[in-house]
Amino acid sequence: MTDIASIPGERTHPAQERRLEHPAPARSPRGSARRLRAGIAIAVFAVGLVLSVLTAAFIGTASIGMIDVYGILVRHLGLGLLAPEAQAPPLVDALIWESRLPRVLLAGAVGGGLAVSGAVLQSITRNPLAEPYLLGVSSGASTGAVAVMILGLGSGAVSLSTGAFAGAIVAFGVVLLLIGGGRVSNPARVVLTGVLVSQFFSAVTSLVLMLDGDADSTRGFTYWLLGSLGGARWEPVLIAGSVILLCALICLLFAPALDAFAFGWDTAASLGIKVARARVSLMVLTALMTAAAVAASGAIGFIGLLVPHIVRLLAGPGHRILLPLSALGGAIFLIWVDAFARSAFSPHEIPVGVVTALLGAPAFALVLRKAAAR
Amino acid sequence: MSTLAASGITWTRGSERILVDVSLEAHTGDVLGILGPNGAGKTSLLRILAGLRRPDRGTVVLDGTPLSALSRRQRARTLAIVEQSLEVHEDVTVEETVTLGRTPYRGTFDPLGSNDREAVEHALEATGMAAHRTRSWRTLSGGEQQRAQLARALAQSPRVIVLDEPTNHLDIRYQLDILELLREESMTAVIALHDLNLAGRFCDRVVVLRQGGVYAAGRPREVITAPLIDDVYGVTAVVESSPHTGAPTATYIAAARSARE
Repeated sequence: MTDIASIPGERTHPAQERRLEHPAPARSPRGSARRLRAGIAIAVFAVGLVLSVLTAAFIGTASIGMIDVYGILVRHLGLGLLAPEAQAPPLVDALIWESRLPRVLLAGAVGGGLAVSGAVLQSITRNPLAEPYLLGVSSGASTGAVAVMILGLGSGAVSLSTGAFAGAIVAFGVVLLLIGGGRVSNPARVVLTGVLVSQFFSAVTSLVLMLDGDADSTRGFTYWLLGSLGGARWEPVLIAGSVILLCALICLLFAPALDAFAFGWDTAASLGIKVARARVSLMVLTALMTAAAVAASGAIGFIGLLVPHIVRLLAGPGHRILLPLSALGGAIFLIWVDAFARSAFSPHEIPVGVVTALLGAPAFALVLRKAAAR
Repeated sequence: MSTLAASGITWTRGSERILVDVSLEAHTGDVLGILGPNGAGKTSLLRILAGLRRPDRGTVVLDGTPLSALSRRQRARTLAIVEQSLEVHEDVTVEETVTLGRTPYRGTFDPLGSNDREAVEHALEATGMAAHRTRSWRTLSGGEQQRAQLARALAQSPRVIVLDEPTNHLDIRYQLDILELLREESMTAVIALHDLNLAGRFCDRVVVLRQGGVYAAGRPREVITAPLIDDVYGVTAVVESSPHTGAPTATYIAAARSARE
């Protein structure tokens, strides 16, 4: 009868207008896109790693065909029935099985271990520039390994790794003490602390080497200290590989803690994370991985910086994805960098650490700029 | 029934006594305001109430159970805290931030369940952050970061929420939105506030801290008075009951004495 009945239909509430301005997307497009991309990335990286191992094994000073490599692998893995005709000459067989393959696998283990260590360190120091080499942890591990060798405490892979672990833990402790733990520290301060700790342990290493006084072994060590995968044998490969794989898997169990640390220790604790326990465990795990890597191949730098940052751009910051992708990516990366280092200037071989530093230093500058801009 | 009660909280750092024999109680569904000047111990008290710091003496009891008797996970499912300001070093999105609130409900490799999704959606909607879900942390304003943190805490589906000056970086509309939200949700809220008028309007009860001790406690209209503002803040004020809201409303006249004294 009256106009009143029609009024409610016409009325627009200010609050409704507000909501219409920002219609909420039905499902998080970026979140699910990230998840999908992450799944694809893991599959691609895993296939890429297998292909890299197989391909890189036949790159080198002596040219060996892909078929031969395949035949040798098949035979040594006890799968001879699958390819009864494959039979490489014994010399080639030995080159591939005793030298190339362990070297490629070591590159994979070391690359993966250092990349995971970098990702974990960036979370537990709450700093994007943290990395085993830059923080001086690798340097401490070198000192430990050299000390064990020179002091004659043993020369096997196990005692070498133990010495490296002791050195890594001490260096790590010093770094954390100097950075002061808690807040997001000034990136420059972290870098300077790393320089300080690394220089100190390098000096100790040099001192130990000088006291030993044997020119030949000094030269050998110096080459090793630059980071080299040359002379890889099965024993150190298996030790480093299993230590790194085990530690990386345990790190993965801490993924929720690593995610929560982005918001600080208190917020992480309020989310039910056992902060102190997680930090100490992760510190020991990264020290173990770094020590295993350094004992097997010397101090190779920047992988822990390069790889996790590239992976974050690809798949986001969540550690459930970041850690496996960093492991695979780091492995692929170092396998190829090493293949390049040993074949590009053949017959001369460049220490692989030199190549990673050439690639890593610009990346470091980029991350530093981004971090400082915040 | 979700009552958070603290009794005889004393907390000393070095030679400095931060909190001295503080007792309070936040009843089910109530909003309890913690007031007091800078350095009165508000933040420390909130951290102790949330179980992030252990008091030297005294206990915090949640529904009859001491906080220290709960597992970390149980506590995280019951009680959430929003801290004053946060430095975040990773470039997480708003949605990832809020999803973090489900940490106490998920195993390391569990995918998000329907409960988790619902809680995250509710939190995003309630804080007005749903439209911003894909934005990365670094692009958020201070107020948006604060709302994202609040959403993260709401996603924990807590029965008690502790907030340290959540209205700090917010413009007036979101200050009111957040405080109204806390009143609507059935949670018990303990909230540190600077703004006496907001406290008077939205808190069921207030506790006023001064030099680490409880100076006054009770209903806002009983506590927020001109003599108290003079004593605690050193400010001469007139407090009237607002003709529009009925809440005690202070008009500040002048600093009664120099703050530097």
